Amino acid sequence: MQLLSLAPDWILTHGAALLVVLPLLMGAVLAVMPSERLSWGLAMLVTLICSACAFVLVLQVASGETLVYSMGGWDPPHGISYVVDWLSAPVLLLIAVMAVICSLYAYPSVRAEVEPKKRGPFYAAFLVCFAGLLGMVVTGDAFNVFVFLEVSSISTYVLVGMGASRDRRALHAAFNYLILGSIGATFFVIGLGFLYMETGTLNMADMARILDDLDGGSRVSQIAFAFIIIGLGLKLAMFPLHVWLPNAYAHSPSFVTAFLASTATKAALYLLLRFTFTVYDVDFGYVSKAVMIILVGLGVAGMVFASLQAIFQTDARRTLAYSSVAQVGYMLLGIGLGTAAGAAAGYLHLINHAVIKGGLFIALGAFWYRFGITRISDFRGLSKTMPWTMAAFTISALSLIGVPATAGFVSKVNLATAAAASGWWWAVAVIVITSILAVIYMGNILKEAYFRQPPVVNGEVVKKNEAPLMMLIPMWILAIGSIVIGINSDLVVEASNGAANVLFPSVEGGAK
Amino acid sequence: MFSVIFDNIHYAVVIVLMMAGLYTVFATQNLIKKLVGLSVFQTSVFLLYITISKVKGGQPPIIVSSHEGDHAALATETVRVAAAGPVATHGAPDVLYSNPLPHVLILTAIVVGVATLAIGLALVVRIREVYSTIEKDEIDALDYRYNLEGTDA
Repeated sequence: MQLLSLAPDWILTHGAALLVVLPLLMGAVLAVMPSERLSWGLAMLVTLICSACAFVLVLQVASGETLVYSMGGWDPPHGISYVVDWLSAPVLLLIAVMAVICSLYAYPSVRAEVEPKKRGPFYAAFLVCFAGLLGMVVTGDAFNVFVFLEVSSISTYVLVGMGASRDRRALHAAFNYLILGSIGATFFVIGLGFLYMETGTLNMADMARILDDLDGGSRVSQIAFAFIIIGLGLKLAMFPLHVWLPNAYAHSPSFVTAFLASTATKAALYLLLRFTFTVYDVDFGYVSKAVMIILVGLGVAGMVFASLQAIFQTDARRTLAYSSVAQVGYMLLGIGLGTAAGAAAGYLHLINHAVIKGGLFIALGAFWYRFGITRISDFRGLSKTMPWTMAAFTISALSLIGVPATAGFVSKVNLATAAAASGWWWAVAVIVITSILAVIYMGNILKEAYFRQPPVVNGEVVKKNEAPLMMLIPMWILAIGSIVIGINSDLVVEASNGAANVLFPSVEGGAK
Repeated sequence: MFSVIFDNIHYAVVIVLMMAGLYTVFATQNLIKKLVGLSVFQTSVFLLYITISKVKGGQPPIIVSSHEGDHAALATETVRVAAAGPVATHGAPDVLYSNPLPHVLILTAIVVGVATLAIGLALVVRIREVYSTIEKDEIDALDYRYNLEGTDA
């Protein structure tokens, strides 16, 4: 790798640790920063450095090595280790890059939506959340996962609550999220406790080895698995546990929604993959049953019911929030197939959905920035008043529906192929039906924007009023990104096959 | 039946606290009481961790003999815990120690719990300022009206 030789030594050796340590430390610094512009600039800088680190890590993993970084020089399994392999590296890069894109958009958006004296701490909370999400993905220690899960969650509650200066319901949404999020994290930690009882270790690789020796372990590890699945299910908004999500997404500042929608549930999904397939193994009878019945059952239920709920929302952000729950269902269906191809498809959709939803929520934030609107009925004539923003929104919306030559199409085709390969034709039918539902709920928004005239305010037709450049750039990066993935998906498909190979080491040569 | 409970009294306590906490979270409408329930729920998990760290006949995990090289020995070879058996040190091979690791984990979890509680209480203060109530059903009603009218009610 030529690019790899350009990377400085300190990234090569300490990249994995820097990803977490840098934003955590800078978060503390930003909290006392007097100037809002300075804290935004520093946050931007940190996310850029982290992206560079994540990129180098991906290159290192691509050159065939699995990185194990021992924190503080204590060797695993006793010390805390950070593990970067094909499963975690793409998610790390995804989170870091989405953070950069969202930070670019944060400047105008946060100025419009957060009170001046809270903007410095706002960026601090953002960086802490960012550190927590990266930490969840990079760590190889099960209890460390819990700590980072809580670090990211607690700062997320703060970020959601910051929406109060725009919409007071944000406070209530943040409180509900806090209650359910804490219950989820506590369930997770109960599961870890049982797992520790069974295996006597906290290192995930060590746990996997011991559980394998025990052939799945006793009832204790089965109970542990149940608690972990429920805990993570709450975090990733698995269908009946998603009740916190629509309100939190609809009322938080638009920057927070864009960032969370594209990263937070993705990190939790990564953990689900990690625990289901690496720590546990689908060869254990109880795991394969749970995956088959619970993940697929709830995933499919989420796809259908959340899509239906999305159709009946009057607020565009709630429509997209319910759609997020439905999309999580797709990923769960892919994971639940229990095959390498299925896991690869779920992982692929994880990446694509982050790109798509990020773009959609950024565009919605731009509509609010210019006109203060989030209701679908207020969107009339937006194709004329904000043509560029609406064009980017449309591309992402088509991608969400799954129109050919977009990212959504690639992941849906892969998912349907994987389902068909397992002989699950009913699942293919469900994917098609929920795609039609997506046409209806996204169509509701597009119809208002394209086929209605701009409203008349004070006797005048609302004039063209495009979003600022700092909003247009990130949303177009994501919109073009989803087209690029749609036309040439080799890179992401390769990444997801690499991830599937980590999950199913016995399958040689990748998932096809 | 009772003997099962008395033999596992620590688990019984944990389960009762856990269920009481979880029930409080969902049953009450008062936001503060919800947080209290959440704290009880989390505390029960702390107890669960603490109880599993006890090794029968084990000493508190403080090194008994203190001649040279003990620390090095601890760092290199003797950190084998719970499932693998109690920790034994070079200097005093016959000393049984309880497992110190869960205590350390729970110290972290307690800090996390305190942070959650602090954020939760701060949010309740703000909710009280804005909604003038801390009853969930009343807040829901206010939110519902807000949804219908689309204005600051």
